[in-house]
Amino acid sequence: MLNLKKHEFLKNKAREVRKEIVSMVHRANSGHVGGSLGAADILTALYYHVMQHDPKKPEWEERDRFILSKGHCTPVIYAVLADCGYFPKVDLLEFRRPGSHLQGHPYQPKTPGIDACTGTLGIGISTGVGMALGAKLKKQDQYYYILCGDGEIQEGQVWEAAMFANKYKLDNVIGFVDRNYLQTDGYSEKVMPLDPLVPKWESFGWKVFEIDGHDFEVIIDTIEKAKKEDKPVMIIANTTKGKGVSFMEGKAEWHGKPPAEDDFERAMQELG
Amino acid sequence: MEYKQTRQGYADALIELGKKNEKVLVLDADVAKATLTEQFEAVFPDRFFNCGVQEQNMLSAAAGLALEGFIPFASTFGVFATCRAGDQMRSSIAYPKLNVKIGVTHCGITTGGDGASHQSNEDIGMARTLPNMTVIVPGDYEESRLATHAAAKMHGPVYLRFGRDKYPVVPEIHGGFEIGKAKLIKEGSDITIITTGIMVSEGLQAADLLEKKGYSTRVLHMPTIKPLDESAIIKAAKETKGIVTAEEHSILAGLGEAVAAVVSENHPCPVHRVGVMDTFGESGQSQELMDLYGLRAKDIVEKAIKILE
Repeated sequence: MLNLKKHEFLKNKAREVRKEIVSMVHRANSGHVGGSLGAADILTALYYHVMQHDPKKPEWEERDRFILSKGHCTPVIYAVLADCGYFPKVDLLEFRRPGSHLQGHPYQPKTPGIDACTGTLGIGISTGVGMALGAKLKKQDQYYYILCGDGEIQEGQVWEAAMFANKYKLDNVIGFVDRNYLQTDGYSEKVMPLDPLVPKWESFGWKVFEIDGHDFEVIIDTIEKAKKEDKPVMIIANTTKGKGVSFMEGKAEWHGKPPAEDDFERAMQELG
Repeated sequence: MEYKQTRQGYADALIELGKKNEKVLVLDADVAKATLTEQFEAVFPDRFFNCGVQEQNMLSAAAGLALEGFIPFASTFGVFATCRAGDQMRSSIAYPKLNVKIGVTHCGITTGGDGASHQSNEDIGMARTLPNMTVIVPGDYEESRLATHAAAKMHGPVYLRFGRDKYPVVPEIHGGFEIGKAKLIKEGSDITIITTGIMVSEGLQAADLLEKKGYSTRVLHMPTIKPLDESAIIKAAKETKGIVTAEEHSILAGLGEAVAAVVSENHPCPVHRVGVMDTFGESGQSQELMDLYGLRAKDIVEKAIKILE
């Protein structure tokens, strides 16, 4: 059970993260706001409660890793990493600008705290399972958290990675599918149907949980359960794209559209 | 003449490396019997990972292993690494400049009977246009072995290209291997032949034929396509009347075009390319395909004469 104080702390952090997301994309006039807002609660739970990590030692070998396989949602990870202290918040002003280490999609060699390059969909989960195998070979026992978009898992490579994690019994992998039913071209079940997701992942040998991806208590509890499994775990996190900004919620058009001035102001007002 | 497989040089080097360095891992995508990495598996079963028929996941997972400090050699056929898993080569490996070695076999027309689907004649072009990627095309068994060692020694992504067949052993290219350095294996002052990969033996034969016609012929062997030894090329452009390149690869985007670009920007002289024309291959025995697709000493001589006369 999360105590009330912790719960309030996480709620506040998520709100700050969301404000940073909207600001960053507005300022850059470019970037992915909807999916970033939708994943904000999962990343907040991970970085401010679940993960063993140290912003002062981004290269610490036994840290938990986070791989943003849905690499377009850099605004949410950059907001979190900056707030944690991996790099100065002022860097966020340069998001998507020439010379900045904050590229449109995560670039591991330059950004402290980014654990893998992603951007083309499907490669993140594969890299993540490779890293997790590496940790096993080194007999280390940290966790590899991998966040996939639901549209992303239409990529065949995702299912290759799923087979690989099963073969090598990677019980140090805890994945999420950010299930918001929306992708660039619209409703996922119309673009390319994905349901039923739970039996799909189960049949690939993963333990599957399906949860509310905005409920801190449930997210954190489920991760604790996942750690007790002796196989890779996929958490289907039902989320709302654009969560927290009423006029962006559940709208595919906010996948990759930057908010104009009036939208930005309304969004910031709503987020408080 | 002695003939040996280049892929055997790769396999032998992997075992030698495995004994020296426990960070060396080998991955394969269900072609371990063909790439010969099953020989590594027999010695180091715990450091061999068969990914099944999934080249894309194999290359990205190899990137993950490199991030954890290992030196993974991901092995498959050339056509599958570059065409099937080109994005993973680019985005997972080349872009973050990870220490992954991509060892590919069954490259070029001498793949033979499997036909065009498996004959990778475009892979050098695909690999060399990726920033950060080192591209090595060894000429025979021993050079393959040495090149694999050199690839392990350097930090960063390397594309190592081998064939399926047995190829002539060429003592002139033995004795050492430095990435990025051409090997001047025969001096000459009228014309230069620049070879890569298994075309080195055809290049030397062509030089003999040209010498008999009275032309002093230089042979420069370039097992490293990238980084390219530009100074050796420029020197040849200055000191001889022209250059013929020879590669078991498409004439597009491979050695020939790389050499032509260096020459035209630095010291223009005629450059003619021997290689597979802009066409797909077909099934056949490797040696007859070498004849049919114009990859012989006589084809090199023909181009040289064109320049010289």
